[in-house]
Amino acid sequence: MPAQVLTITSGKGGVGKTTAVANLAVALASDGSKVVCIDGDIGLRNLDVILGLENRIVYDIVDVIEGRCRLRQAMIRDKHLPELYLIPAAQTRDKNAVSPSDMNRLIKDLRPDYDFVLIDSPAGIERGFRNAIAAADRVLVITNPEVSAVRDADRVIGILEAEEKGPAALIINRLNPTLVKNHDMLSADDVLDLLAVELIGIVPEDENVIISSNRGAPVAYDMKSRAGQAFRNIARRLKGEQVPFLDLDHKGSVWDRIQRLAGRK
Amino acid sequence: MNESNSLIQIKGLRDGLLVSLDDAPWEDQRAALIAQVDAQPAFFQGARLALDVASQVLHVKELVDLRDQLSERGIFLWALISESPTTESTAQLLGLATRISKPRPEESRKFSVEDLGEETALFLNRTLRSGTRIEFAGHVVVFGDVNPGAEVVAEGSVIIWGHLRGMVHAGSKGDRKAIIGALDLSPTQLRIAEEVAAASKPQENPKPEVVRINKDGKLQAEIWQPG
Repeated sequence: MPAQVLTITSGKGGVGKTTAVANLAVALASDGSKVVCIDGDIGLRNLDVILGLENRIVYDIVDVIEGRCRLRQAMIRDKHLPELYLIPAAQTRDKNAVSPSDMNRLIKDLRPDYDFVLIDSPAGIERGFRNAIAAADRVLVITNPEVSAVRDADRVIGILEAEEKGPAALIINRLNPTLVKNHDMLSADDVLDLLAVELIGIVPEDENVIISSNRGAPVAYDMKSRAGQAFRNIARRLKGEQVPFLDLDHKGSVWDRIQRLAGRK
Repeated sequence: MNESNSLIQIKGLRDGLLVSLDDAPWEDQRAALIAQVDAQPAFFQGARLALDVASQVLHVKELVDLRDQLSERGIFLWALISESPTTESTAQLLGLATRISKPRPEESRKFSVEDLGEETALFLNRTLRSGTRIEFAGHVVVFGDVNPGAEVVAEGSVIIWGHLRGMVHAGSKGDRKAIIGALDLSPTQLRIAEEVAAASKPQENPKPEVVRINKDGKLQAEIWQPG
């Protein structure tokens, strides 16, 4: 079966696009899929750092497009997962080094041999974003439960609908159940009420995400982390499984606290 | 080459190039434009291009293809001018400008509306998301929501059959009798003629409301009563 091409985008910066790509890639590849992830943020590459592969980069996506190397030469194999590859962005160029049809050509070469191609979009709605969505079969829009991020997500969903790339699926990232309970944060329902798209995952706020990103080992490897669990669930949903959403309030229950005291969490 | 040139006209503007196409089949026009560009790459490299497509009806796919082809050649398509409302709304959806500093002759734009009389309305059967701007020289009816960051500007009245959370300007040419109605009125801002009112609080159990200019010349919202 040819690969499913997924682009993760948000409009606003810093809501967790790159983290989501890294974690979904790890979760999908751990589950036996062949995965390629592409860093579309040319000039500001990050995905290599989060995956812990920065010191292995020899060629990048612009080298492929400009013919300085073959596609397979720019694909870096992951340290732990033999079926996970990264095509890094160029750090010394800008978005104009790539065009939407370059992306289409590149993805066409990848489709027959892999199960998933994940594209990390840059923030914004300009050239880099257009490149990132050009070849997508499906677009995942990620947002945080805050007004400005939701507004930008709405704008992006509107553009995706206009480009006939819809319907987008939504990931709500960094939800803090305690703040939501105290009405200090938008709830998942508030976000969905405005955006009116399919929800594919809710990722709770979890400090392990930052710790593992800095270590170059995405949190999806961490079987104890709730954010890791949320990303693994999204990966299973992408494969067509029905997976119930995490019960985020569960965290405060007595049993959970006992487990944590006993060192099991 | 000569034949393809006759299809298109290129003019210099203050801030870029204006390419005017006529009503010949779109595929020929597009090919002619690309051929023209490829014939003089140095002239077009890095250009900001506005495209006047007369009354061509264009859909997203066609515009996206053209924009991508142009961008591959280092040309930035920033505006699309059209007499067709379909094409114009396609362009707006893609974030292209639909007006340039030198506007179209007024007659053609006004004619179509005046011809239909003052009861003309634009019916939009969709939600307007952030970044969408609808301008119309009559009434506007939206069957869907107007999200924050979306704008509706109408010379007549505006009815939103859904949540109104964005900005609506009714009577934009000064009609103080224009009204704004919505099933849930929680706008960021409302304007009727020159009067402006700022956000009202989101409501727990929204009821349909209608906004008018009251006797004191201020905007006033009232719960809508049937009959």
